[in-house]
Amino acid sequence: MRLDKINGGEEIHLKYTAKDFTSSQDVRWCPGCGDYSILAQMQRSAPDLEIIKEKMVWISGIGCSSRFPYYMETYGMHGIHGRAPAIATGVKLNNPGLSVWVATGDGDALSIGGNHFIHACRRNIDLKILLFNNRIYGLTKGQYSPTSEKGKKTKSTPFGSVDFPFNPVGLALGAEATFIARTLDRDPKHLQEMIRRAAKHRGTAFIEIYQNCNIFNDEAFALFTDKETKADNVLVLEHGKPMVFGKSNNKGIKLSGLEPEVVSLDDGQYSVSDLWVHDEFDKNPARAFLLSQLSERENFPMPVGVIRQITKPTYDHDFHEQIEKVKEQKGEGDLRKLLFSGNMWEVN
Amino acid sequence: MTKEILELKDVTVRFAGDSGDGMQLTGMQFTNTTALVGNDLSTLPDYPAEIRAPAGTTYGVSGFQLHFSSSDIQTPGDSPDILVAMNPAALKINLKDLKHGATVIVNINSFDSKNLKLAGYANNPLEDGTLQGYNVVSVPLSQLTSAALENIGLSAKEISRSKNFFALGMMYWLYSRPIEPTTNWIRSKFKDNPLIAAGNEKALFAGYYFGENTELFTTRYNVEPAKLPKGIYRNISGNEALAIGFITASVKSGLPLFLGSYPITPASDILHELSRHKNFNVRTFQAEDEIAAISSAIGAAFTGALSITTTSGPGVALKTEAIGLAVMTELPVIIIDVQRGGPSTGLPTKTEQSDLQQAITGRNGEAPVVVIAPSTPADCFAMALEAARIATKYMVPVLYLSDGYIANGSEPWKIPEPDEIPKIDVKFRTEKEGFYPYSRDENLTRPWAIPGTPGLEHRLGGLEKSNITGDVSYDPENHEFMVRLRAQKVKNIENDIPELEVTGDNDAEVLVVGWGGTYGSITEAVSRVRKKGLKVAQAHFRYLNPFPKNTGSVLKRYKKIICPELNMGQLARFLKSEFLIEIESFNKIQGIPFKSSEIENKIERTIGEIDNAVR
Repeated sequence: MRLDKINGGEEIHLKYTAKDFTSSQDVRWCPGCGDYSILAQMQRSAPDLEIIKEKMVWISGIGCSSRFPYYMETYGMHGIHGRAPAIATGVKLNNPGLSVWVATGDGDALSIGGNHFIHACRRNIDLKILLFNNRIYGLTKGQYSPTSEKGKKTKSTPFGSVDFPFNPVGLALGAEATFIARTLDRDPKHLQEMIRRAAKHRGTAFIEIYQNCNIFNDEAFALFTDKETKADNVLVLEHGKPMVFGKSNNKGIKLSGLEPEVVSLDDGQYSVSDLWVHDEFDKNPARAFLLSQLSERENFPMPVGVIRQITKPTYDHDFHEQIEKVKEQKGEGDLRKLLFSGNMWEVN
Repeated sequence: MTKEILELKDVTVRFAGDSGDGMQLTGMQFTNTTALVGNDLSTLPDYPAEIRAPAGTTYGVSGFQLHFSSSDIQTPGDSPDILVAMNPAALKINLKDLKHGATVIVNINSFDSKNLKLAGYANNPLEDGTLQGYNVVSVPLSQLTSAALENIGLSAKEISRSKNFFALGMMYWLYSRPIEPTTNWIRSKFKDNPLIAAGNEKALFAGYYFGENTELFTTRYNVEPAKLPKGIYRNISGNEALAIGFITASVKSGLPLFLGSYPITPASDILHELSRHKNFNVRTFQAEDEIAAISSAIGAAFTGALSITTTSGPGVALKTEAIGLAVMTELPVIIIDVQRGGPSTGLPTKTEQSDLQQAITGRNGEAPVVVIAPSTPADCFAMALEAARIATKYMVPVLYLSDGYIANGSEPWKIPEPDEIPKIDVKFRTEKEGFYPYSRDENLTRPWAIPGTPGLEHRLGGLEKSNITGDVSYDPENHEFMVRLRAQKVKNIENDIPELEVTGDNDAEVLVVGWGGTYGSITEAVSRVRKKGLKVAQAHFRYLNPFPKNTGSVLKRYKKIICPELNMGQLARFLKSEFLIEIESFNKIQGIPFKSSEIENKIERTIGEIDNAVR
C-alpha cells in the first residue's frame, strides 16, 4: 500500500507488483546482456517508488539500452539518437505531474546527445536519467564509444583508440546535476537501492550503471563484479560512513587536503577514525569530483553509491511558478483584450 | 507662412541610415501613426545581418520602407517617392531604387569628407550632378537637433541619437500626420528616463516646426483614410499575427500552447512575443539547440499540448530527423519556418521562398507532412488557426512556411471577434475498451492518449509500427501498408481545405500562380495588367501539401501558366511533376521581394507572345 505523493498528495492506494510494469513485448536483447538485469531491477523496485503507473513515462534515444521503454508497461517513447533528455524535457514541462525517466547509453547520452545531457543537468529539470555504460557501441556492432578506454581495439580502432574517454560522473558533476550515483548491473540490490534513491530526488537524478555487453565488450567490469576481485576494487559509499574497502575491510581512503591516499588498517598506523567520511550533501563539489576520478589512480578502488546529492529548485517547478505569478500579476489571459490591443482605429 | 496642401492617393517613403540611427524605430512610428490615420499600408523593413556595422559604411545601412494609400494596397511599393537619407552611405545604397523625380531629404551635416569616403563617394553627390532630376532637400539635421536640445542636460552623443526623431517630426509635418501617437509612445517607452524622453520629444517637435517654418518645403501632402471594410483595425506584422494566432488556437482548442524554440533570425520575434503572454498559460522553452527545441515540442505533444517550434531554414535542416519522428509517432507538432535566403547561413535578414522543397520532401524515408503558407502578414493569424486545426484533427506534423518579408512586414488587420472564431475540437482518448495506439478513425487518425490516462499506457517510437497495435514490426507488407497509410492520411486532407480560388478574368489565357508571401506583389501586378485591358487570371496557394483538390482542373484550363517565385522554381517543379503540365517559372533570388512592375512586365510579355503566335 503506497500513497501517491506526486499529484498534490492525493491519497491513492497502490498495490503494484513487478508484473504490472512488465509489457507484453518480447525482450530482444542478446542473451546474457546486462540490460536484462537493469530491466528486472527497475520492474522490481517500481512498485516501491510511490508512483502511479500511468504517470510514469519512459523516454529513450537510440541504442541497445534505448529499447528499454518498450518493455515497461508505462507510457513511453523510443525517440531519436541522443535526444531523449530533450523529449523528456518537453514531457515534464508540459505536465510536471508526471514522473519522467530516461534510459540511455554511453554513445546516446555522451556522444550524439552530449549537449542535451549537460543541459538537462544544468537546468536541474526533474528527470531520472539511467545511463547504461558498457563502454562500447553495441547496436552498431562494436565500435569504441566515448567511455571506451584509450588504446581500446575495436572494429573502428583496429590499432587502438587514441581518444580519451569521458568520465560520466565527472561530466554530470561539471554540468551540476543535483543527484549523481554509480552502480553495477551485477549488483541487483545496490542497483535497486540507487533507483529508489533517484526516484525520491527532486531534480535531475543521474545514475551511471556499469553494464556488461557480453558480445562486444565482455567482462569490461569484471574487476568490479568478480567475487575474487570485487572487494579489493569497489568502494561502497555510504553517507556518514568512513571509506573502507577490501576483502576483510582492511583498507581505507584517507584524505589530506584534496589528496586521497589508500591506507592499510592492518598495521596499526591508521584506524577507521582517520578515514575520509563520505558526505553526500557536501556543498563543495571538489571532493565529489575526486571520487568520480578515484579509480583512475593506481591501486584505488572504484566508488559506487550516491556520490553527491544537493537540493536546488527544479526547472520545471520554477517554470510553472513563473507562469502562475504572471497570471496573478496580469490576470488570466483574456483573448478579446489580446486581439483588441495596440494602436487601433475604427473604419465605419 | 501658409503652405499649399496637396492631396495624394498613395505614397511610398523610405527611411535609411546607419544601423545605429534608429531607422527601424522611426519607420515603425511613422507606420503606427499612419495606421491610426486610417490609411491602408504595407511595410518592408530591410536591415543588415550585423548588429552595428561600422558607422558610415554602406554595409551598415538599415532601411524601412512604407507604402500608404487612400485605397486598398497590396505591397510596400516598388519605388519610393521620397527618401530620407541620414548619411552618404544611405543615399548611395538607396538612390537606385527611387522613382524618377523622387524627393531626397538628406542630412547635410553628415556629408563631410570622412562619411563621403566611407560611403565610397569620390565627389560629393550633392554637388556633382549625381542627383540631377531629383528634388533634393538638404537639411542640417544634426545641427538643428543639437540646437534644439542644447542646455537640457543631454550629452552630445545622446543628442545625436535623437536626430531620428527630428527627421520623423519633419516627415509628420510633410505628410500631415498627427504627432501625439509618437509623443505618447516616447513617454511610455522612456518613462524611467525622463531626460531622454524630453530630448526625443523636443527633437520631434523641432522637426515638425522646422517643416512648417522652413522655405525648403513649399508644399505639404495629405493622404485621405482608405475605404477599408467596416471594423476595428490594428497594424500587425506577420510574426506578431502568427504568435497571437497560436494563442487564439490554444484558447479555442483548450490545449496549453507549448513552444520549444532556439533563437534564429528572422523567427525570434515569435519567441519574444509568446514569452510575454504566459498569463494565457503559454509555455515557452528556449532550448539548447534547434534539435532540442523540436524534441521538446514532440514530448509536449505526446502529453497533450498544442505544440509548436519556430525557426528558419537552417533550423529546419537541424530538425529534420525529429520531424520524421513526429511523422512516425503521428503526433501533432507544428514546425514554423520563417524562410530566409539560403543555402547554409545565407542571407539571415533577407527574404526568400527557397525552403519549399525542404518542407515537402526534405526527410529520410517516405515522410509526408502537411505544408501550408500564409500569404500576407495578417494571413499569418488565420493560417496559425489552420495549422492547429489540421495538426490536432489528423495527428500529423504541419510545416508552416512564413518568410522574412511577411514576418517583418506589416499591414492593417481587421480584428476578428473572438466569439466568431470557430472552436478547435480536440478529444483525448480515455476509454480503455478497445484501445490501440495505432487504431484509426474515418480520417485514418490514430487516438491521442496522453500520459496520466489510466489503462492506456502505450509506447511510441521511431521504429516502424504495426497498424492498430503499434507494436514494433519489421514485416515487409506491414511496412508498405504503413508507408501508404501515412501518405493517404495526408492526401485525404485535400477534402478538408478550401479549393484553389481563381480571381481575375474568366476568359484569360494566362494564369499566374504563386504561393506564400509573394501574394501582394502578384496581386498588384495582375491588377495593373487588367487595368490596361489585358486578360489574366491569378491563383495563389496557401496549401502546398496536399494541394487543393481542384488544382489539376484549374491549371489545365490555361494556355500559359506563369509562376513567380523567390527561388529557382520549386513550386513550378512540384506542379509540373504532379500535374504533367507546362509552367513558366519567373524567378528572383536576390533576398528582396518582387516589385510588382517586374511581374507586371512578365505577364505582359507572356500575353504578347501568345498574341504573336496566334497571328
